[in-house]
Amino acid sequence: MTSAVGSTSAGAPTRAGGEDRQPPVRPYRKRWGRTAGWLGWLWVLPALSMYGFFVLRPLLTTMQYSLYNWNGIGRAEWVGLDNYLTVVTDSDLLKIISNAFILIVFFSFAPVCLGLLVASLVRRLSAGPFGTVVRTVLFLPQVIPLVAAGIAWTWLLSTDGLVNQILRAVGLGGVTRAWLGEFDTALPSVGVIGTWVMLGLCTILLVTGMSKIDPALYEAARIDGAGPVREFFAVTLPSLRQEIGVCLTVTIIAALASFDIVYISTSGGPGIQTTVPGLEIYRLAFSQRQVGLASALAVVLMVLVLVCVLPIQRLTREEKA
Amino acid sequence: MNLTSRGERLTGRIFLIALVVVTLLPFLSMLSAALQPRGTVPTGLAWPSDPQWGNFGAAFTAANMGVLLRSSLLIVVGVVPIGVVIATMAGFGLGHLRVPGGRIAFGLLLLGLTLPLEAVVTPLYYQMRDLGLLNTRWAIILPLIGLYMPFSVFWMRAHFTTVPKELSEAARVDGSNTWQLFWRIHVPLARPAIASLTILLFLWTWNQFLLAIVLVDDATKRTMAGALGAFQGQWGTDLVLLCAGSLLILTPTLIVFLIFQRQFIKALIQGSLKG
Repeated sequence: MTSAVGSTSAGAPTRAGGEDRQPPVRPYRKRWGRTAGWLGWLWVLPALSMYGFFVLRPLLTTMQYSLYNWNGIGRAEWVGLDNYLTVVTDSDLLKIISNAFILIVFFSFAPVCLGLLVASLVRRLSAGPFGTVVRTVLFLPQVIPLVAAGIAWTWLLSTDGLVNQILRAVGLGGVTRAWLGEFDTALPSVGVIGTWVMLGLCTILLVTGMSKIDPALYEAARIDGAGPVREFFAVTLPSLRQEIGVCLTVTIIAALASFDIVYISTSGGPGIQTTVPGLEIYRLAFSQRQVGLASALAVVLMVLVLVCVLPIQRLTREEKA
Repeated sequence: MNLTSRGERLTGRIFLIALVVVTLLPFLSMLSAALQPRGTVPTGLAWPSDPQWGNFGAAFTAANMGVLLRSSLLIVVGVVPIGVVIATMAGFGLGHLRVPGGRIAFGLLLLGLTLPLEAVVTPLYYQMRDLGLLNTRWAIILPLIGLYMPFSVFWMRAHFTTVPKELSEAARVDGSNTWQLFWRIHVPLARPAIASLTILLFLWTWNQFLLAIVLVDDATKRTMAGALGAFQGQWGTDLVLLCAGSLLILTPTLIVFLIFQRQFIKALIQGSLKG
């Protein structure tokens, strides 16, 4: 096994194991190739086997389950693509999938737009300690458990919570409501929690991206008489292509695969108003005991993530590659 | 930068300060609720006349926080060192030794970067049941190590591709084998990358929720975040206690973040930029 690679020179002695302790008689490359060749796989194997056994294998099992009607205990019955047919025709499930897409607006687009604004303000106004404080504080929601974020916001948005308290204080008492409990406001309210969580990550990524922009570009823009707005669209935005791509990728995955925040803040209600695929997979598999349907939804979710994320990767990569 | 007018500068500052306040409000509002007398119904943000700091103690006891902390730590101790070591080894193999066919292995791992956890959680349940590990901490530890591998290997490989080959060449001339080369030369050099990875894996493990609630019924064997879920079910009506408990549970991650801020942010940024 060890001699498979690097045996280009006819006289290379083959060895069964053991490490290379010879004095350096032969050129480096050959010795390198022989010791590090296939034997190098031993370095990769532990990581790969954990990944294979606890990610790839379950992934294949999900695909397998999705073709059966199974309650998790009894005999599984082969149903072919029936589960998928249900996913794409059942009105509730379609609504649940569309909820996830609405959340993209809040988890992804809002933090990226707001992040761009904050990052350019931080860049223009405060490179000093103030900027550091802003970045650090905005990042805090990203490090606490999402469950805690959910609990904090559930309280904030409740009937007696701070949001209603502020509304009453400014004379908008008529607008107050149980934000997470009402049909029209529940999903946007869950979305706002997502915006709050994701903003810091986007801001920091974008600030970093901006710090890499050549100041000469700004000088040039200014000499051409560009104001802050023109400058932003002509210089900043195009230079941040890659960073924006990363922000969108990370946040879109977070929106489509959201679970923690929704589970804690609304459990999917009222009705299925805030139910997202992640929550529905959990519910179908573990309370409804419809493992097959849950798995089909899981496969669909995975495909949706790829369909959304791959084009972004491609678009934002091209220029730099 | 200097051309910005005074008015613009002021508006900008005010906007940023407002955003900072909004970001902090949920924490403050939770703190204000946590300090109200127990049994009362708190409203919004109101500093209590007589702050009940004892509520934190009560929440600590009610939530069995000592046990939860221990459980979370056990899970972290199970996940992080193994995860970091095998990811570092794999990163070394793929990035520095450039094993033949390594690209295929790497491509396979990349696939996992976008994978939603929900896509594998159901089979993981049955897999763990068949292994007899359901309701043990291993049911969280083992899958998490696997699930973190795509990012971790990616992260370590990115480091090892930048290490010059000449370094290994020189070490080999001195007669060290690959194992010694790895531990004596490459691991010390990779220390910053390893430190960042360690911090990230710690936080992600600590905050893991879905796996904890699916695979472990007993809240005292879960991660902190998973335990918080159970805590909410149990104390959902006692808002004072719930807020105090939530604050207690999120404090460790805040502390870790504030201490290792720089490495943490650097890791996340580089990790995602290279993704």
